[in-house]
Amino acid sequence: MKTSTTARIGLRTVALGYLVLLIAVPIVLILWRTFGEGVGAFVDSIRTPAAISALNLSLLIVAIVVPLNVVFGVGTALALVRGRFRGRGLVQAVVDLPFAVSPIVVGVSLILLWGVDGWFGGLERLGIKVIFGLPGMVIATLFVTLPFVVREVEPVLHEIGTEQEQAASTLGASTWQTFWRITLPAIRWGLTYGVVLTIARALGEFGAVIMVSSGFPGVSQTLTLLVHSRYIDDHNTYGAYAAATLLMGLAVLTLLGMTALDRKRSKT
Amino acid sequence: MTTTTNHARRGDTSTEGSSLPPRPHLPLGDGADSLPAAPPSSRRTGVARPLGVGLVGLWLSVLVLLPLAALTVTSLGEGIGGFWHAVSAPVALASLRVTVLVAAIVAVVNAVMGTLIAWVLVRDDFPGKRIVNALIDLPFALPTIVASIVLLSLYGPNSPIHIHLNATQPGLLVALAFVTLPFVVRSVQPVLIEVDREVEEAAASLGASNWTTFRRVVLPTLAPAVISGTGLAFARAIGEYGSVVLIGGNIPRKTQVASQYIQQQIEIDRPLNAAAVSVVLLAIAFVTLFVLRLFAGRSLRREEDAQ
Repeated sequence: MKTSTTARIGLRTVALGYLVLLIAVPIVLILWRTFGEGVGAFVDSIRTPAAISALNLSLLIVAIVVPLNVVFGVGTALALVRGRFRGRGLVQAVVDLPFAVSPIVVGVSLILLWGVDGWFGGLERLGIKVIFGLPGMVIATLFVTLPFVVREVEPVLHEIGTEQEQAASTLGASTWQTFWRITLPAIRWGLTYGVVLTIARALGEFGAVIMVSSGFPGVSQTLTLLVHSRYIDDHNTYGAYAAATLLMGLAVLTLLGMTALDRKRSKT
Repeated sequence: MTTTTNHARRGDTSTEGSSLPPRPHLPLGDGADSLPAAPPSSRRTGVARPLGVGLVGLWLSVLVLLPLAALTVTSLGEGIGGFWHAVSAPVALASLRVTVLVAAIVAVVNAVMGTLIAWVLVRDDFPGKRIVNALIDLPFALPTIVASIVLLSLYGPNSPIHIHLNATQPGLLVALAFVTLPFVVRSVQPVLIEVDREVEEAAASLGASNWTTFRRVVLPTLAPAVISGTGLAFARAIGEYGSVVLIGGNIPRKTQVASQYIQQQIEIDRPLNAAAVSVVLLAIAFVTLFVLRLFAGRSLRREEDAQ
């Protein structure tokens, strides 16, 4: 299809205009407003005790969620690809489920299960505070990040097949040795990619976490909750811009990491 | 083989963020999963296997299934009548109506603009195209609350161009269009790259106008990708919260979306109302994804028949 120059330029203008108004201008504007008052003001704003505590809490949640997702994600992927058991279809569906559930619905479901009046409410009476405590925020983040590692590792496992693993076990390697020496090196890029996606989502999750957090500044606010409360509760628009810019920086870093990984992965 | 894996990967890059899986991940039932089937029970070593499967099952149940079960049971706490009463409360119903309406409009906007952007990115050439291409993924990488703040800075109370969309339905539209942008673009782009351009040239040499060629030749090839991307964007928009929470205004019957209504009902301690509307939201998302899966299965079969 040969489009005339005018038609081509017309289409290009519409497409670029849409992207500029929807994405480029808002982002440039927020950077402008954040750094317009100097880098010093930005640094001060993200170094208040509440902001530092929010960053620490976000990183703590990432530090707990990533290892759990790696262990259970690889386990689930192995079970799905190598296992022959009844209910495989069900497991497949459950792994995709978090993609279809609204973050707010995740929060409500967790409150109804783990909250004081929920099915597991007994825990709270034993003194284990899940909802409105760190465990609740971790569980909410685990829920929304569950599919990433599984769905990145699974196709790689399919692709590599089992020949090498069989060879290793024929040569006398234990299951554990085979996993460490053969399987893990083969899936490492897929796994890393899944971990990057998990980190990005864990840092950025808002809806599910705000439902299960008590939201006290300096105690139970993650970075995303900090942006929200600065804007809504404190009417600190500049502070909200600065915290959003910090989150945006982290997001761009993950995006760059993903692009680099993609290149690496398609080479091997 | 290499090209197909590349495409699968191109699709993968769009799964980040709080997104639904793009096409490569849409499970097409068990048949599609057993691609290069591993030899059955290759390394069955004693109890390790059943134990592992059991652990995985337990993990998924506690993490995902039990919470959703608690949600469903709570929503039916006062029987079907109670569920219906909660869902048909005027404000609840209005929030669902606003949600579906706005999500449907956003889905249509995405179908048109997403296809157009994908077209420009594949068929056109201009300086800075790579940067534009990278920009597409940004909405998936950005936290939703950041999307909210970012849009408010241009369309909110401090707007430098004096467009004030906060607490209006167009504000909701802009927020949802922002977060769902990548779905259609990233699902149409790989298909457009693969399209056989000879057919288009043949149509043109037989005297078809550009518009006819597009409608009769290009669009039918792109249709499955457009529909799948649009459906995923719709499902995402239905449940969206973070990006609309600041710009939406949360005005009951006007701009309050279902997720905001649910959040409000939890705050005023009406778990049954929250659970019931949650179940409706879940049902809409499931039906959307189920229809998409049926559709994907059918067009896959048609493709195989054609070969």
